[in-house]
Amino acid sequence: MFSTSFTWNDFLFLLQGAWVTLLLTLGAMAIGTVAGVLCGLLRALLPRATLPLSWLLDVFRSVPLLIQFVLFNSLKSIAGLNWSAFTVACIVLGIYATAFCTEIVRSGVLAVPFNLRRASRSLGLTYLQDLRYIVLPIATRVAFPGWLNLVLSVMKDTALVMWIGIVELLRASQTIVTRIQEPLLVLCIAGLIYYVMSLVVARLGARLETRWQEND
Amino acid sequence: MIEIDNVHKSFGELDVIKGVSLRVNKGEVVSIIGGSGSGKSTLLMCINGLESIKSGSIRVDGTEVHAPGTDINKLRQKIGIVFQQWNAFPHLTVLENVMLAPRKVLGRSKQDAEEMAVKQLTHVGLADKLKVFPGKLSGGQQQRMAIARALAMSPDYMLFDEATSALDPQLVGEVLDTMRLLAEEGMTMVLVTHEIRFARDVSDRVAFFRNGLVHEIGTPDQVIGNPQKPETIDFLKSIN
Amino acid sequence: MFDYTFHWRAAYKALPDMLAGAWVTFETAALSMVFGVIIALLLTLMRQGRNPVLRGFAATWISIARNTPSLFQIYILYFGLGSFGLHVSSWFALLAGITFNNAGYLAENFRGGLKAVPDTQLRAARSLGMSAAQAYRLIVVPQLLRIVFYPLTNQMVWAVLMTSLGVIVGLNNDLTGVTQDYNVKTFRTFEFFALAAVLYYLIAKAIVAVARILSWRLFRY
Repeated sequence: MFSTSFTWNDFLFLLQGAWVTLLLTLGAMAIGTVAGVLCGLLRALLPRATLPLSWLLDVFRSVPLLIQFVLFNSLKSIAGLNWSAFTVACIVLGIYATAFCTEIVRSGVLAVPFNLRRASRSLGLTYLQDLRYIVLPIATRVAFPGWLNLVLSVMKDTALVMWIGIVELLRASQTIVTRIQEPLLVLCIAGLIYYVMSLVVARLGARLETRWQEND
Repeated sequence: MIEIDNVHKSFGELDVIKGVSLRVNKGEVVSIIGGSGSGKSTLLMCINGLESIKSGSIRVDGTEVHAPGTDINKLRQKIGIVFQQWNAFPHLTVLENVMLAPRKVLGRSKQDAEEMAVKQLTHVGLADKLKVFPGKLSGGQQQRMAIARALAMSPDYMLFDEATSALDPQLVGEVLDTMRLLAEEGMTMVLVTHEIRFARDVSDRVAFFRNGLVHEIGTPDQVIGNPQKPETIDFLKSIN
Repeated sequence: MFDYTFHWRAAYKALPDMLAGAWVTFETAALSMVFGVIIALLLTLMRQGRNPVLRGFAATWISIARNTPSLFQIYILYFGLGSFGLHVSSWFALLAGITFNNAGYLAENFRGGLKAVPDTQLRAARSLGMSAAQAYRLIVVPQLLRIVFYPLTNQMVWAVLMTSLGVIVGLNNDLTGVTQDYNVKTFRTFEFFALAAVLYYLIAKAIVAVARILSWRLFRY
């Protein structure tokens, strides 16, 4: 018969790892969304002046995340900062998310037809009112699916933080594997947890999207 | 000769053609008019086998179109069709669009195919657009290119499925002129059209379709000039 | 605050080895793309087909590839296959993992691309007497290629970045692996990894540049 040394406690340990994964995702997306919306707006509204910004952000999209972790971690030691690995992970993932979020927001804003903005200005709305009441609501709907994809991809990318010593879901599973020597079983359970988390996030997002569409 | 015999066709539950019989003789131009959903476009698709039929038979020069043993690709070589949405191949130049089928389907040499393509494109007034991609052409030009593309296969029959319906009003004329030219040259043509005046001018016979049936058929002067059935009269009134 | 002297010379000395590592990285990524595209085409065909088993297989593959971390996929191949007595090298696990990932994402792109080529194109091609195979080869596929070209380029860059995960399963001859080896020997972490970052960036940009030139030549319309 099927027998295993995988215990209930091991499962709880995995769930703890999953919790860390979620926290990291949340932290990174908080940074990434705020900074991304800011940078994205700037990129869309002042395209010429912010060109260097896009080059800078492009670097974060063209260098492996793993290397970014290592670099930032060693930079932290060089600068003598006493930050936790969790903080480092959040910042690196946050900047990484910013780089992608900026592009998503930018194309969302650019997707708002120019005539629509002209129409709102013709009604006497100020530049900022036009942004606040016309451009942003429309851009949000356009950008949302892309943003949701970003959440999912950041969640998966959190797996890399194990390299700088954080015990998240994948690292937790590895720890258990080392002890009970049943890699396939443990990894499958870990994979299932990732899968379920992704699915839940995707479903929640899809529900939000349909609710918006009903109002349109 | 195209012989359509008691053809039925349905999409799922919906019967679109409910027993149509029609004969198109060599050299004849037959126009099909009627409201949307009357099954007229579907009938064209059935003639060259792009749509299947439920029952009945369609024969082109004696060959059963929908028989299992028929080489449909061979048969289609002699039936050209022009669609409402002209369906230019966007990744090929105008010349390549027209050359493609003669080369790949008929196995013509490059020179032969090019010669033929240039001839047909000149015929429809596009001799100066050979190296241009269709995306750069107006709708009317794309539609004329589509006509040249069909003609390059030297078809014996030409089917036109509302060839001018998707065009801007000012571009309709150039396409109709091209079609008129073809008719005058003696091409056998079946046109589904909303251009009643044009149909009256070029057709040998006009068929009015209603609810998947041929409701009234005859010479243009009979059907358009002096319609007998009240539904035909209503339709002609509504379209003017 | 900065109580640290940078030793860039050590990093420069390692450059030849790191360039050799960069070549391994590029090769691995390119291979994973070749296999990835082939498998993605097969998955797309399976998903379009009628056989429920094949459809389920393709759907499962795509869904796992897209909903779990790529590092996890490499792990399963490296450690998991061991459970069946299949011990693969870390390079093979890396290649297979990225290929698995590529295939899943590309299959999704291909499906979107097929939808973007209108049915009427196929119909127009068939009306000229082309067989179904000819219509696909001459009309549908060339248009599909243009639509998926940009995602394809993106995936290639992704593949390059993903190869850096090989080091976690013990690969030591790709760019990250070589860098890590030097790092362990000298503890000049920042210098070595900064150089590696520059090399990765250059590879990524080179791919994008080549793709752009290629697309100018390929897609004239």
